[in-house]
Amino acid sequence: MTKPTAAHDESPPAAARASRTGLVLFWIYVLLYGGFMGLVLVRPDLLALRPFGGVNLAILAGLGLIVAAFGLALVSMLGRETR
Amino acid sequence: MSHEASFAAVAIFTAFVLGVLGLSFWLGRRGQSAAAYYAAHGQIHWFVNGIAFAGDYLSAASFLGICGMIAFSGYDGFLYAIGFLAGWIVALFVIAEPIKALGTYTLADALASRFGSRGITLAVAISTLVVSIFYLIPQMVGAGALVTPLLGLPHAAGVVLVGVAVTLIVVTAGMVSTTWVQFIKGSLLVLFCGLLVALILGRGLTVNTGDLTPQVRTVTPDGRVLVDGKPQSREHDLRPVGTLSALPARYAGRTTTGPLGPLEYFSVLEDSTIVTWKSTRTADEHGVHVTYEPVTRSGAELLQPGGSFKGLRSGRLADRLDFASLMLALFCGTASLPHILIRYYTVKDAAAARKSTVTGIAAIGVFYVMTLYLGLGAMTSGALDPTDTNMAAPLLAKSFSTTLFALVSAIAFTTVLGTVSGLIMAGSGAVAHDLVSRVCGVPLTDHEKVRCGRIAAVCLGVVAMGLGILFKDFNVGFLVGWAFNIAASANLPALVMLLFWRRTTAAGIIAAVTVGMVASLGWILLSADTFEKVYGLSRDLAPVPFSQPGLVTIPLGFVVLVVVSLLTPPRPAR
Repeated sequence: MTKPTAAHDESPPAAARASRTGLVLFWIYVLLYGGFMGLVLVRPDLLALRPFGGVNLAILAGLGLIVAAFGLALVSMLGRETR
Repeated sequence: MSHEASFAAVAIFTAFVLGVLGLSFWLGRRGQSAAAYYAAHGQIHWFVNGIAFAGDYLSAASFLGICGMIAFSGYDGFLYAIGFLAGWIVALFVIAEPIKALGTYTLADALASRFGSRGITLAVAISTLVVSIFYLIPQMVGAGALVTPLLGLPHAAGVVLVGVAVTLIVVTAGMVSTTWVQFIKGSLLVLFCGLLVALILGRGLTVNTGDLTPQVRTVTPDGRVLVDGKPQSREHDLRPVGTLSALPARYAGRTTTGPLGPLEYFSVLEDSTIVTWKSTRTADEHGVHVTYEPVTRSGAELLQPGGSFKGLRSGRLADRLDFASLMLALFCGTASLPHILIRYYTVKDAAAARKSTVTGIAAIGVFYVMTLYLGLGAMTSGALDPTDTNMAAPLLAKSFSTTLFALVSAIAFTTVLGTVSGLIMAGSGAVAHDLVSRVCGVPLTDHEKVRCGRIAAVCLGVVAMGLGILFKDFNVGFLVGWAFNIAASANLPALVMLLFWRRTTAAGIIAAVTVGMVASLGWILLSADTFEKVYGLSRDLAPVPFSQPGLVTIPLGFVVLVVVSLLTPPRPAR
């Protein structure tokens, strides 16, 4: 497998490590997104459950996916800034 | 519904547009090199670029389309928001830095960088143009939808107004003015949507059953418009719709909740009863009739998936595949949109590309959370136009005040300006830099490259205006799904495999881009949605089993790339 092009602002080993971390975070999000879409397609009845604050799982999961995207992006950026 | 222009609306709108155009002319007074015109010299600050990402990406589809879809169908519009944002994860973790490192001005630069292939440049330039044009259609439709109630002008006038304004923005200062227009638009959009959400929560929910008599709009064979059998006028028009008929039992004896918290708003709405309106179209010798009838539904039903994507409740496999295909295309499409990718060339290095993506995700994420409140607020505002789903957000603002309506409409208009200018920049680069200079080998000086880009921008502006008038009656959110499908099918397999598979060859990339683009475009043209909404034919005549092609054509792009690459000799990379 070809390594993605190294970032200009890091040494090649650091860039390769960051790239691997990025891919791990990417796959974590794929699992979250795929899991949610799977629920919508296969068990939509579960999304009617109201587990917190009287709000249904459909809304909580949707908001959670948006927050998770920002959270993972922030983890990735801060990880590289502090390295 | 017919709409009356207000002086405040016209004044604020005019000030916005003149301000944006003035900024463009001011920026355009500085000398224009190709590097400035196509990539703003690569010197845009990462924060400005991040907000400009939001300004570029939060198009008419996001603001007008998603809010409208939520207002009329409930939760399903929010699924678009989730998919649109999820795509940024692909952009951040997979595409952002390599694109910045590989390219100069255009997507074709990046894909052709390893092989120096004119064939790749040609294929990618054509796919850039196709994607940009498909993405332009909903933006122009949105522009027409906005100008009608704001200025009292017909749809076509709105489309032409946007076309002319955007062409001027791009022609005067290229990527520099485009970036600042997108920055201003992104900032204003998030700030004013935040204000609207605060007003929605402050107002809470109020019972207002209104007049629930069905309404009929007829267009006679000689072109007259009748409402309930009488000529349409300001005095005799369709009534605004979208009301709440009952609050939860805990509010017994009350007609309003008072201010609600962010989560409380959803929980109260879920236990409420809401009146939405469905339309039925019939035709006879007296004309085409659209009947609008009230449907009383529980909040719990409206806050579940399946209001717009009927297949989620019907259980038909083809409908479920259609939904899965759309969600896949939204996830894969963002990182394949040429007008988004060229923003990576406007910052100085990979670190700035990364930071600007994270800033963009933050701004875009906040906005998409707010669309849920805006759509649901519009659904119960009693202000919806039953004939136009795209006007939900501006009419929600009108339910608070005319000034807010004017401000929100003007911001929505700059929303269209920002996105369309980005699209025309991408198309202009594809024509001048890729096709004329690289593929045809026409030697262009720096100055000629800019002039060629400007001519291409004018041509694209004219095409965009024509398409915006032609596709007037479509929901803009629905239309933009097509652009995502084509972008993901044509560009993503090539981008990903170029980065992650050493055996990729130039022929493989050309084949993947061409097959992905032709297959997704062909699938869309043969789909049930196109048969019904574009050709006016029965859905049953469509030869493809579901309308969204991504589920088939994105994997097809990967397979074609692998097969062709294995069948062609590897050429040493440059």
